[in-house]
Amino acid sequence: MLRTFRIGGIHPPENKLSAGKKITPLELPKQVIIPLGQHIGAPAQAVVKKGDIVKVGTLLAKAGGFVSANIHSSVSGKVNKIDAALDASGYKKPAIYIDVEGDEWEDTIDRGTTYIKECNLPPAEIITKIADAGIVGLGGATFPTQVKLSPPPGSKAELLIINAVECEPYLTSDHSLMLEKGKEIMTGVTILMKAIQVTKAVIGIENNKPDAIRHFQELAKEYTGIEIMPLKVQYPQGGEKQLIDAVMRRQVKSGALPISEGAVVQNVGTAYAVYEAVQKNKPLLERVVTITGKGVTNPSNFLVRIGTPISALIEAAGGIPENTGKIIGGGPMMGKALISPEVPVTKGSSGVLILSKEEAKRKPIYDCIRCSKCVNICPMGLNPTFLMTLTEFSNLEAAEKNNIVDCIECGSCSYTCPANRPLLDHIRLGKGKVMSIIRARKS
Amino acid sequence: MILIAIISLGGIGAIGAGFLYAASKKFEVYEDPRIADVQEALPDVNCGGCGYPGCPAFATACVNADSMEGLFCPVGGKDTMDKIATMLGKEAGASEPMVAVVKCNGTCSARPHLNTYDGAQSCAIAASLYGGETGCSFGCYSYGDCVTSCGFDAIHINPETRLPEVIEEKCTSCGSCVTACPKNIIELRKKGPKSRRVFVSCVNKDKGGVARKACANACIGCGKCVKECPFESITLNDNLAYIDYMKCRLCRKCVGVCPTGAIHELNFPPKKEKPVEVKEETNQN
Amino acid sequence: MENNNLYVSPSPHIHSGDSISKNMYGVLIALIPALLVSLYYFGLGALIVTITSVVACLLFEFLIQKFLFKKEPTLWDGSAAITGLLLAFNLPSNLPVWIILIGAMAAIGIGKMSFGGLGNNIFNPALVGRVFLLISFPAQMTTWPVPGKFPMTYLDGETGATVLSLIQWSPKDVPSYTQMLTGDMGGSLGEVGAIALLLGLVYMLYKKIITWHIPVYLIGTVAVFTGIMHGINPAKFADPLTHILSGGLLLGAIFMATDYVTSPLTKNGMIIYAVGIGILTSVIRLFGAYPEGMSFAILIMNAFTPLINSYVKPKHFGGK
Repeated sequence: MLRTFRIGGIHPPENKLSAGKKITPLELPKQVIIPLGQHIGAPAQAVVKKGDIVKVGTLLAKAGGFVSANIHSSVSGKVNKIDAALDASGYKKPAIYIDVEGDEWEDTIDRGTTYIKECNLPPAEIITKIADAGIVGLGGATFPTQVKLSPPPGSKAELLIINAVECEPYLTSDHSLMLEKGKEIMTGVTILMKAIQVTKAVIGIENNKPDAIRHFQELAKEYTGIEIMPLKVQYPQGGEKQLIDAVMRRQVKSGALPISEGAVVQNVGTAYAVYEAVQKNKPLLERVVTITGKGVTNPSNFLVRIGTPISALIEAAGGIPENTGKIIGGGPMMGKALISPEVPVTKGSSGVLILSKEEAKRKPIYDCIRCSKCVNICPMGLNPTFLMTLTEFSNLEAAEKNNIVDCIECGSCSYTCPANRPLLDHIRLGKGKVMSIIRARKS
Repeated sequence: MILIAIISLGGIGAIGAGFLYAASKKFEVYEDPRIADVQEALPDVNCGGCGYPGCPAFATACVNADSMEGLFCPVGGKDTMDKIATMLGKEAGASEPMVAVVKCNGTCSARPHLNTYDGAQSCAIAASLYGGETGCSFGCYSYGDCVTSCGFDAIHINPETRLPEVIEEKCTSCGSCVTACPKNIIELRKKGPKSRRVFVSCVNKDKGGVARKACANACIGCGKCVKECPFESITLNDNLAYIDYMKCRLCRKCVGVCPTGAIHELNFPPKKEKPVEVKEETNQN
Repeated sequence: MENNNLYVSPSPHIHSGDSISKNMYGVLIALIPALLVSLYYFGLGALIVTITSVVACLLFEFLIQKFLFKKEPTLWDGSAAITGLLLAFNLPSNLPVWIILIGAMAAIGIGKMSFGGLGNNIFNPALVGRVFLLISFPAQMTTWPVPGKFPMTYLDGETGATVLSLIQWSPKDVPSYTQMLTGDMGGSLGEVGAIALLLGLVYMLYKKIITWHIPVYLIGTVAVFTGIMHGINPAKFADPLTHILSGGLLLGAIFMATDYVTSPLTKNGMIIYAVGIGILTSVIRLFGAYPEGMSFAILIMNAFTPLINSYVKPKHFGGK
């Protein structure tokens, strides 16, 4: 019996069109746009100015607070300007424009392909190196990794969980990375284990990726303390709390952090970035991005420099299909609809999904028929239809009592609703309002 | 038989009555009778425009307050406040009559739509997602959060311009639309003599070129109106002009110099020489 | 709005494709076996009652939505057809057309539309119609034709008693289990034919239209309750199996108590609701003046559904 999380869950069609496609490096664009806010927390503070010459790996912006991350140049060239640019958030935010000239790397970066297994650095130094490299959670949440690796005083990590679930339909960037960079990922995992001082790690992989499971089970024989755990396919298994429940059979309490159950969860892509940062001195400046969709001529997995416009990816995958209705940054369940294909790839971009007009257009909304399907599938055990009504009528007190802040915005409720009600749209708004009320109460 | 029924039912009734009497004595809450009187005088619409959660709370505040300073019911207006003040033997505070003003004139024709919003029809939800269907990320979304928030049916979306319009006679300046609008487009401004007002109908803080490209009617922050104003009532911050309604003397010189027609004048008799300048006027009252 | 604009909306960007009409048509398909059984035993009468009821419900739904609500009628979402079919299933096959029309009007007009239409009604519309008729026309509503093989009679057929009234007044005439399973007994249209109804349940469970909680707990409660009473006094109270197979119990447990709109949202709520219906049905059957209590039991528990919903919360992740 394979494990999975125990409350709710759905099974959307997987549509992993780009599965098994090799990771191909994307051609350098003419100009990159690197937003200063690519992570959760305070935006980074720019340390370069207009006209500066930068190399690949040059620090562009320093972390702007405790929860923040450094940002490095992904190309060599000249800083064109620092100006507002439309990013995936749908608003114009400050960003650094760099005109690309050649491809010259900082000398400190080891560009060789030799695989370095051993790492003898002490934990504090590993965490500093990770912070310097500007690594954030690459699963899409973009939470600065060094913060997650420094547990608050009084708590102790017991287990490192590597999230290799990739439960979002369509996306295959983690899958392809696992097939091609298995050894590096395993070393990254051991480095992470060292950083948080645990002796055990579990890599959770959904069993729709049997090749990756086999590959890693083979590799795991050479490492001590790393267990590969195949998981039963169910969305949203990649949610942090859901994954902990699946792997450890423990449920993180409402409002608590995973560390309260002794778990630290890291994405498999993050583990690879940690390997590169610690063993190769390479900051986070490129990532694997899936470009996919039923209308896309050539669904692929590209290795893309941060800041490359998404239009360049679409072009490389065979151009924008006719009848395009929606371009999504990320997967279909939790990704963000983009206003324009000129939005740049950021640290959190795991994929670009193109939907046709028919797939994208929402259907007409009817009254709730109380079928209770949303209640049954909610992975957090909430009552979505009730929370939506409470938000609509601004009864935020009741919404708070009904745990609206526990919503992980996985979208399962809206996905399931037979009356096509925009449940999550409203719940997300209510959650935001309730959270600001709670913050105001605390301060 | 009848006797037993009378006795038993009568007994139950008596015990019940005794219980109710005891309960009403024990759990009695004293309430100042004047609160009920004040509440009677209030419009009883619970709009929250006074800053208190509903009319009963405002009535309590009025009774408990030492002076009426700062207490004002925008719906009832001065008459109501005078009545309450005499009722309580206090002095009524002074307040200017206000009205809600929509500060966006990005009509459909002026603001080209670049994408189509397909989510739940709510401005707040759209605002938490992105900057809107047009190039202007400050302007009106036109999904009508202000309309739903209005308890007086005083604001409507014009189907042609897709902008909200305030019906002056109905607006009580309670301010619920001001709170409801996620883009802070609606402002309470002084109603003005004969309802005459001059204001900048735009909130776009982008640089001139960007703003102009997104919307033909946008304030581009050129500063012509600031120079023109003889009363120093116009300020320019973040590429956006703002007219202070306390200083403005309604001379309307700024209206004429605005290159984009972003400054609107309301309820003035039509000018003889330049009637063209007031092009959005009818849409805004 | 130009056609080439990209759509922008909050996530999720895909939908399961599930719809109200899919679920409703699923229920209609599940009702087909029972319909065939009733056509076999009650012939022409069953056909006339069913068609009248369904058409009348659709008509009232259309008229009310079009002319009272003044909005686009959602005639084909299937909900009115279900109400019509379930109402017909709750009527004897020799009921005159004009009574059926009154029943359909009560079901759609009072039971459903007066609350605002599908999703907002508190009581199961079909049962509102049925109980309305039962109270208004007790004589017509409690004379049932004797089952035959494709009888071509409508209003003038031979009439007999139902199993439940036989239990109360002449226990020796109670039909055998086999007769009850296949539907060879007196009763309302859709009450007969336990196997056909169970077939419908299996289909709905397979299609994930309903969950098993309500039918299983409801039938279980009735079995336990009547079982205890049968144990105490076998001469007075029939055995549990007879109770389960007779009357509207299966029809109610499978198709009416599971109505989305009027049943609770959470699993635990459903269990409370189903047990409540089971106990009420048994009490009415065993001790009440009516031989059958299913409709009343469901309507009473329908009234409790909002209360159950506000007290029984779903099992919260990481909750106490």
